[in-house]
Amino acid sequence: METLRTFGHFTIDSLPLVLKGDRYYYAWVAFLLLLMALGGFAYAGQVREGLIVTNMRDQVSWGFYIGNFTFLVGVAAAAIMLVIPAYVYHWGPIKEITLLGELLAVSALVMCLGFVLVDIGRVDRFWHIIPFVGRLNLPSSLLAWDVLALNGYLLLNWTVVTYLLYCSYTGKEYNKSVVIPLVLSSIPMAVSIHTVTAFLYNGLAARPFWNSAILAPRFLASAFCSGPAILLILLQILRRTTRLKVQDEAIFKVAELMAYTMGFNLLLTVAEVFKEFYSNTEHLVFIRYLFFGLKGHNGLVPFAWASILTGVVAFLLFLIPKTRTNWVTLNIGCVLIYASVYIEKGMALIIPGLTPDVLGDIYVYRPSLTELLVAAGIFAMGFLVFTLMLKIAVPIMLGEFTGRKAE
Amino acid sequence: MSDATSRSLRMTRRGLRPAGSRRAFLGGALAAVAGALATGCGREGMEAFLQHNFRELSRDELDRIIKRLEGEAKRRYGKKIRIGKEPAMQGVVFGYALDLSRCIGCRRCVHACVQENNPSRSPEIQWIRVLQMEKEKGVDLEAADAYYNPEEVPQEGHFYMPVQCQQCKNPPCVKVCPVGATWKDPDGIVVIDYNWCIGCRYCMAACPYGARHFNWGEPTVQPADLNPETHYLGNRPRPKGVVEKCTFCIQRTRKGLYPACVEVCPTGSRKFGNLADPKSEIRYILENKRVFVFKGELNTQPKFFYFYGV
Ligand code: SF4
Ligand code: SF4
Repeated sequence: METLRTFGHFTIDSLPLVLKGDRYYYAWVAFLLLLMALGGFAYAGQVREGLIVTNMRDQVSWGFYIGNFTFLVGVAAAAIMLVIPAYVYHWGPIKEITLLGELLAVSALVMCLGFVLVDIGRVDRFWHIIPFVGRLNLPSSLLAWDVLALNGYLLLNWTVVTYLLYCSYTGKEYNKSVVIPLVLSSIPMAVSIHTVTAFLYNGLAARPFWNSAILAPRFLASAFCSGPAILLILLQILRRTTRLKVQDEAIFKVAELMAYTMGFNLLLTVAEVFKEFYSNTEHLVFIRYLFFGLKGHNGLVPFAWASILTGVVAFLLFLIPKTRTNWVTLNIGCVLIYASVYIEKGMALIIPGLTPDVLGDIYVYRPSLTELLVAAGIFAMGFLVFTLMLKIAVPIMLGEFTGRKAE
Repeated sequence: MSDATSRSLRMTRRGLRPAGSRRAFLGGALAAVAGALATGCGREGMEAFLQHNFRELSRDELDRIIKRLEGEAKRRYGKKIRIGKEPAMQGVVFGYALDLSRCIGCRRCVHACVQENNPSRSPEIQWIRVLQMEKEKGVDLEAADAYYNPEEVPQEGHFYMPVQCQQCKNPPCVKVCPVGATWKDPDGIVVIDYNWCIGCRYCMAACPYGARHFNWGEPTVQPADLNPETHYLGNRPRPKGVVEKCTFCIQRTRKGLYPACVEVCPTGSRKFGNLADPKSEIRYILENKRVFVFKGELNTQPKFFYFYGV
C-alpha cells in the first residue's frame, strides 16, 4: 500500500519535469507533435480508403512499413550491446548508458508496434492477436511468436527501467536479486526478438532471397552496428544539454565493440553474395534486381550500392583507432553506419525479397506519400516517448529528482 | 453437416471452453474500450466486432451471423443473396488437373471465375493468372509473361500455364497465419474466414503461387454482376482489408457441380474430381499421363496437377 502511494507520488512528481523546459525543448516537442498530427491525418485517410493509398500491391505486399519495423526491432535488440558490458563485466562507466539503452529499446519497440498496427488491413481486429483473447496460431506461425517476443521484451524493459528510476527516486538501493535476473534475461530476449523477426522472413521457402540460413545472424550483426550508433550520438547530445556525465572512455569502448560487429556484418554480407553469384542459380535474380536492376527497372540500384559503400567507409572509420577517437570522424561514422543499415533493412531486404514476385512479375514499388507521412508520424511518436522518458530519467540519474521519502 | 466436420467442430469447442469464458469476460471489457473502433455503430456493429473465429462458432451463432450478413448484402446491393455453409462431403478430396498441351491461353477461365466468385471489379482482383511461356525455355518464370495481349492465341512457339491456388496438401499460407484465419477443410480446400483475417498479408508472402489476393481498397461489385449463390467460406461479398483466394468454387463443388473455370474451358483442358475415388477421371489422369506439380521442390504438395494429354 505504502509502495503504491509512493509510486503515485512518483508519477505525479514526474509531470512537472515533463512540462518544464527551455525554448528548444518546447520547439522540439512541438515539432514532434506536428509530425504526429500529419501522420495521424494520413493514417485516418488510410483507414477510410484502405491500404490502397499505399503503393503496396499483391506482388509487393509488404513495403516501407514492414521495412521500418524490421529496422527498429534491430535498434531495440541492440540495447543489450550496452547491458552486457555493464552487468556482466561490472564495467563502471557504461552503467548509466545501460539505462539509456533500455529507454531506447522501449521507444524503439513502441515504434515497432506502431508500424505493425498501421500495416494490417483490419486494425479493428487487432484483438485477434492478443493472447487468450484472440487466437494465436502457435506454434506454427512465426508472426504469432513475434507478437509474444516483442511484447514480452517491451514489458521486461519497461519494468526494469521504471523500477530502477523509482528506486533512485525513493533514494532506496534497488534490490539486486530482482534487477540482475531481469536484466540478464533481457539479453537472450533481445537476441530472440531479432532472431524471431529474421525467422519470420527466413522460413518462407517461397521467397529464396530471405530463405538463407545466415539471415538471422546478419540481422543481429547489423543491429549491433546501428543501435549503438544512434546511442553514441545521443550520449554526446545529452552531455552537452544536461549535466549528465558520460566518460569519453565509455563512448570509445562502445565504438570499439561496434568495429567488431561491423566487420562481422560485412563478412556475412560477402558470404551471402558469394553463394548467390558463384552458384548462379535462378535465385540470383533477386540480388541482380537489387544491385544491377532487371529488365530496365533499376530504382533500387543506387540505394543498394550506397548501403554497401557507407557500410564499408563506416567500418574503416571505426576500425582505425585514430578516427574512432576523433569526434568528427566518429560522428560521421555513426551517421554512415546508421544510413547503411537503414537502407539495407528498409529497402534492400523487403522489396527485393518480393521482386520479382513468385510468378516472375516485376512490380516497381516506391512508398507513397501516405506511407512516408505515417512513418514520419510513428518516428515522431517514438522520439517523443524517448524525450519524455529522458526528461524524467536524467534528473533521477543526476540525483536531482528525489521523492518525499523524507516526509 | 458431415460427421467429421461436426465432430471436429465439437472438439474445438470443447477444447476451448475454459478460454471461452475468460474470453467472454475479456471480450466484454475490450468491447467497452474499443467500441469506437468498431466498424458500424450499435448492436450489430458490436456483434460483428466481437465475432469469433469460424471454427469456434456454434451452429446457432453461425446461423445468426449468416442472417446478419445476408441482411447487410441486401441493404448494400438491393438484392437477396444466399450464404451457404455446406460442409465438406465425407470421402471426398478434391483434385484438379490441367492439360498444358491443350490450353490455348484464351483466359475464359479467368473471366468465368470473376463472374462466379464476386471479387472486386475495381480495384480489379483476379484469382487465375495465365502465364505465356516460351516453348524453348520450358517453365521459366523469368521469361513468363502474364500481360500478353496478341490478336490471336495461341502464339507461335508459346505455351500457356494458368496458375491459381494449388490447394496445397502442405499449405504454407495456413502454417504462417498468426490468427488461424485460414485452414484446410477435410475435402482439401484451403479456405479463409473473411471475418477473422486481420489483413497482415503474411500468407501472401508465404504462398509460392501468388494465389492470395488482398482487398487493398473497398471491393466493388455492381449489383447486376453479383452472383447471389454464395458460400460463407467462398464467394460471399468480402470486406476491404482482408485476403481472398480461389476455393475450387466451394459454393458449387460441395453441391456436386464443377468449378466455373472447368465448365467454361473451350478446349477441355481443365479436369476436376475426387482424388479419393479410384474410378474418377482425375485419378485416371494421375495414373496414366505425364504429370507434374508446380514448384515441387518446395514440398507444398499441390492438389492442382499439370499434365500433357497428348
Ligand atoms: S497455393 Fe498458395 S494459397 Fe493455395 S494452398 Fe498453396 S500456399 Fe495456400
Ligand atoms: S492476411 Fe489474413 S489469412 Fe493471411 S496470414 Fe494474415 S490474418 Fe491470416
